[in-house]
Amino acid sequence: MSAGLQAMYKELILDHASNPRHFGALESATHTADAINPLCGDKLRLYLEISADNQIANSSFEGSGCAISMASASLLTDTVTGLPVAMAEACFESVTARLIHGESATDPGVSLARLEALDGVRKFPARVKCATLAWHALHAALGNEPTPATTE
Amino acid sequence: MKEAHAIAGVAGNNWRADFPALDQLVHGQPLVYLDTAASAQQPSSVIDTVAKYQREDHANVHRGVHTLSHRATDAYEGARDRICKFINAPSRREIVLTSGTTESINLVAQSYCRPRLGPGDKILITHLEHHANIVPWQLVCEQTGAALVVAPINDRGEIELEHLYDLMDDDVCLMAIGHVSNALGTINPVRDIIERARQYDITVLVDGAQGVPHMPVDVQDIDCDFYAFSGHKMFGPTGTGVLFGKEDLLEAMPPYQGGGDMILEVSFEKTIYNELPYKFEAGTPNISGVIGLGAAIDYLQRIGMQAIAAYEAELYGYLVESLRQVDGIRLIGEGAERASVQSFLLDDIHAHDLGTILDHQGVAIRTGHHCAMPVMQRFGIAGTARASISLYNNREDVDRLVAALAKAKEIFA
Repeated sequence: MSAGLQAMYKELILDHASNPRHFGALESATHTADAINPLCGDKLRLYLEISADNQIANSSFEGSGCAISMASASLLTDTVTGLPVAMAEACFESVTARLIHGESATDPGVSLARLEALDGVRKFPARVKCATLAWHALHAALGNEPTPATTE
Repeated sequence: MKEAHAIAGVAGNNWRADFPALDQLVHGQPLVYLDTAASAQQPSSVIDTVAKYQREDHANVHRGVHTLSHRATDAYEGARDRICKFINAPSRREIVLTSGTTESINLVAQSYCRPRLGPGDKILITHLEHHANIVPWQLVCEQTGAALVVAPINDRGEIELEHLYDLMDDDVCLMAIGHVSNALGTINPVRDIIERARQYDITVLVDGAQGVPHMPVDVQDIDCDFYAFSGHKMFGPTGTGVLFGKEDLLEAMPPYQGGGDMILEVSFEKTIYNELPYKFEAGTPNISGVIGLGAAIDYLQRIGMQAIAAYEAELYGYLVESLRQVDGIRLIGEGAERASVQSFLLDDIHAHDLGTILDHQGVAIRTGHHCAMPVMQRFGIAGTARASISLYNNREDVDRLVAALAKAKEIFA
């Protein structure tokens, strides 16, 4: 396998893709949003339970997609659960900027180290949108873009 | 002479060498191009014809008295004549040049159907269609209050003919049906279907985008009212397309777009439209593209469509059999009559991941919904991987595909 492919299909990514965390509908959700990648038709729905003090108490997702989009969604729910809404929104800014431009000016104030596993997609321009899909759903669920969100 | 070429072609042709784009490395490996159903590569003769036109003959058509305009017009109209012969249309007046299959279908929806439709009327399509043969009809139904009726397909990806026939009645204004499914490869028995539609006086449009490049097409034999296809799927340039329409129907239709070239005389009180087919060709057309399409037809006819169909049928059989041998494969589309494309899924690997991994081994396939989301919904899947073959592919390409799939299985093991 080429180095580029290996970098994209890291073990961590394949693990999250085949065993996604927080997969399924969330009955206690207060916020939901859909995201669609019109290129491939992949879609997912993100559920957030936001508490009275603006914390993301719980999150989950459901949908179907490629290994990259599923792993990214799984990592997202792992990352934002327990965060204040403002920090989660900063994560959206930071992660999408990093995936698209390779760097981010936003400091979300939380370690995104495990999301570095997604960095391998940067060498595959056609696949960057797979990695950002779930994050657009987050952005939409937090009321910052219409749902269904798209990667366009 | 043609016959000799055809026989040599099946035994071991050299058609691949005619396509310069195929001679390259992708990710360090010789390119295997299995995405012709999305767009075909162009032979040198098409590329050179377009380049020569651009270098030496370019001018606007139907307008100038100068030499270059004559040359451009002759070459452009010459291409129309070739298209006319290629599909055995009775008259060049019935060959409307468009930007592609999509525009051809929209033209019929808006110019033929829209004035005729109202509440209670129906447009009949099938579950097999791609978006270009769905959305234009949805639009015209919304505009007029007519209903869009969809005939189902079975698990093999074939139209359920009895069901389709049951849906035919006197309220159906037009039936639009693909010749060959772009997602599943199913060849529809358009001749039989049209014969049936005649009992109810249903006008029939055949979407031939995937038909024309792979088999001889005779619009008089099929007896369709309209036949739409694209240049870029038959080795011509993008942005070119054809609408064949029976003359009496085209004659009765209002223009589709207004502009230059489609008029005889314009005043602010009244405009007199040009004769067929120019009534439907407003503005400066894609001159170089159409001339390239003419060269593509010359290329196809030098080989012969029968020879191409025979070669592809054999290679297609090899493709399907080879895929069947792959452990964990699920073929999507198993109709009895198929051509050129095979959709499939491998284990639970998403098509998009497959596409990336194959690309890294130099193998280009299409992945996703193939602009036919309802077909995917019918099979309860988001998308497929699709390999499509053409005259320039060979068994080695199929073997490379199979080897690349084995690699994908390793990664996702």
